Order: sequence, then C-alpha cells, then structure tokens
Amino acid sequence: MIVLIVTFAACAISYVVDKKKTIAGIQAGLKMFLQVLPSVFVLIWLTSTLIYLLPEGVIAHYLGREAGFSGYLLAALFGTIALIPGFIAYPLAGVLLKNGVSIQVIAMFLSTLFMVGVPSIQLEARYYGWRIAITRNLVYLVGAIVTGTFISLMI
Amino acid sequence: MYKYYIRNKTSLFLVAGFVGFTAMSYLLDLKSGKQIFTTRFIPFSREMLFFLPAMFIIIGLVDTWVSKEKVQMLIGEGSSIRGNLLVVLLAVFQAGPLYTAFPITYLLWKKGSSVRNIFLYLGAFSTIKLPLLVFEVTFLGWKFSLIRTLVTLPMIFVVSVIMEKLVRKQNFNVRKA
Repeated sequence: MIVLIVTFAACAISYVVDKKKTIAGIQAGLKMFLQVLPSVFVLIWLTSTLIYLLPEGVIAHYLGREAGFSGYLLAALFGTIALIPGFIAYPLAGVLLKNGVSIQVIAMFLSTLFMVGVPSIQLEARYYGWRIAITRNLVYLVGAIVTGTFISLMI
Repeated sequence: MYKYYIRNKTSLFLVAGFVGFTAMSYLLDLKSGKQIFTTRFIPFSREMLFFLPAMFIIIGLVDTWVSKEKVQMLIGEGSSIRGNLLVVLLAVFQAGPLYTAFPITYLLWKKGSSVRNIFLYLGAFSTIKLPLLVFEVTFLGWKFSLIRTLVTLPMIFVVSVIMEKLVRKQNFNVRKA
C-alpha cells in the first residue's frame, strides 16, 4: 500500500516538473516489467507448488526429528531450494520453533533461505548471465552456511 | 510481439503448462491443483502484481531523473566506505523477495555503481529487512534478530569482496533482462 502511494506521489511530482521525462520514465519502467512478467509468473508458480508440497508441518517434522549435524544440513537444503517471502518466512520460523525445532537450526534455515534462491536462478540469469548467477548462488550459499553456523554458536 | 515471444519462450511455455494444469484440475476436480492455485498462487501473485509494476515505474523515473555522474561519485569504483554504507542503507529499507532486487541492481549498474556495491546490495537486500523487523522480533525474539544482524553484516561484506574478485575475469555486466 505504501509502495503504491509513494509511486503515485513520485509520478505526480515528476509529471508537474517535466511531463515528457515522466512519461518516458513510466514507459521504460512498464516495458521492463512486461519483459520479466512471464519469468515472475513461473517463479510464483514454482514457489506455490513447492510450499504446497512442503507445508509447515512437514518441514517442522523433518527439522525437529533430525537433531545435530543432519538437522543443520537439512535446514540448509530446505533453505536453499525454497523461496519464501520474508513476511511468510518469519511466521513459519515461529511455527517451527513452537514445534520443537531448535533456534540454531532455524538460524541456518533462514540464512540460506534469504541469501540463496534456486527457483529464482532463471530470472537472475537474465540480468547477470548464467555463469555469474550460479557463481553468486554458490558463494552466497557458503556465506549463508558460515553465517548460520556463527549465529548458532552465539545464540 | 514476436521478439517478446522469442525472448520469453521458455517462461511462456511454462506459464501455459501451469494454466493447462490448473484448468485440468478444475475439470477433473483435482484437489492438489486447485489448492495450489487458490491458496498459494492467487495470494502470492496478487501481492506481486501490485508491487512489481510500481517498483519498475520508480526504477524508470529514477533512471530519467538521477544523473550517472552523481551515482558514480557516491557508489562507483573508487568510492569510499561511505558508498558501501549508502548501498547497505538503501537495501535494508526494502523488504521484497530476492528477485525484486535484480532490476534495482540493473539501475545501480547503469548509473555506474562498482561491482562490489552491486553484490553488497544483493547481500544486504536479501538478509536484512527493516520493514519486517517487527515480524522477526515477534516470532524469534530480539536476541535472535540482534545476533543475526551482527553476524550477517560483516559476512555480506566479505561475500561481496569475494564476488568482486571472482567476476573480475568474467567481464561482469548487468543486463536489462
């Protein structure tokens, strides 16, 4: 909602200052949007299917049961393949915590979830090319695992 | 139109497959297909279909109004740690999924951002989300948030320096998509 208001205000101010520039800017923006729209749809579809196949209960079941090293590994794996928006990820983490998943495992899950996105690689590759997209995901995966480990040790 | 089709061929085919699958689920009364559509796909896409066009319009406007020289001076190659901080600050105030950051890096790159700042932006964008801080604290506690932020900040810096070194040989470029 705030985003829409800000966008509208920005357009209005811009229009008052320079009509031509504003229209050109909006057109360029919408063109970019249309270019990625099919990829975004695929992504949302993938995410929807994935969340359907792996509901909270299932994730909690596996992460809660597997203690120790394999629990971390599984958390990193789930985090890597899943793509869950933040406003769903935090409540999900809350559910996991209530279901007995340790906060250390949740830390690993969240840091890999945020930094790596396998379902979005196809979209990422359109911006940076496949090689860099894959490199980035691998490097950030290592970073996320190190981060998750540090958080687990400190908490 | 034809060019659009060629560029998005794979995605368009996948979208068609999904539409087909959903239509079939309704015809054959498949519970799974219907549930994926109504309880997951609809709410997710509604969110995105409002947010994404707005974001791209802002990108388009910033593109026409903000000069390259200015951005380059602030966050370009040879900019100081202040540039790094600026990029992180810009990123942490946004709270979308990671893929919404890619078009913004295109804008930053076009305006002359350094390679390191591009990856710093991606790192900060994906990990620290101030608009969702209330969520994090509510569900996981302030201690968790604090430790996570303190550990994550230096890590995204390290990761972006590594990426900068790695992509140097691959002539890095951010395309319009």
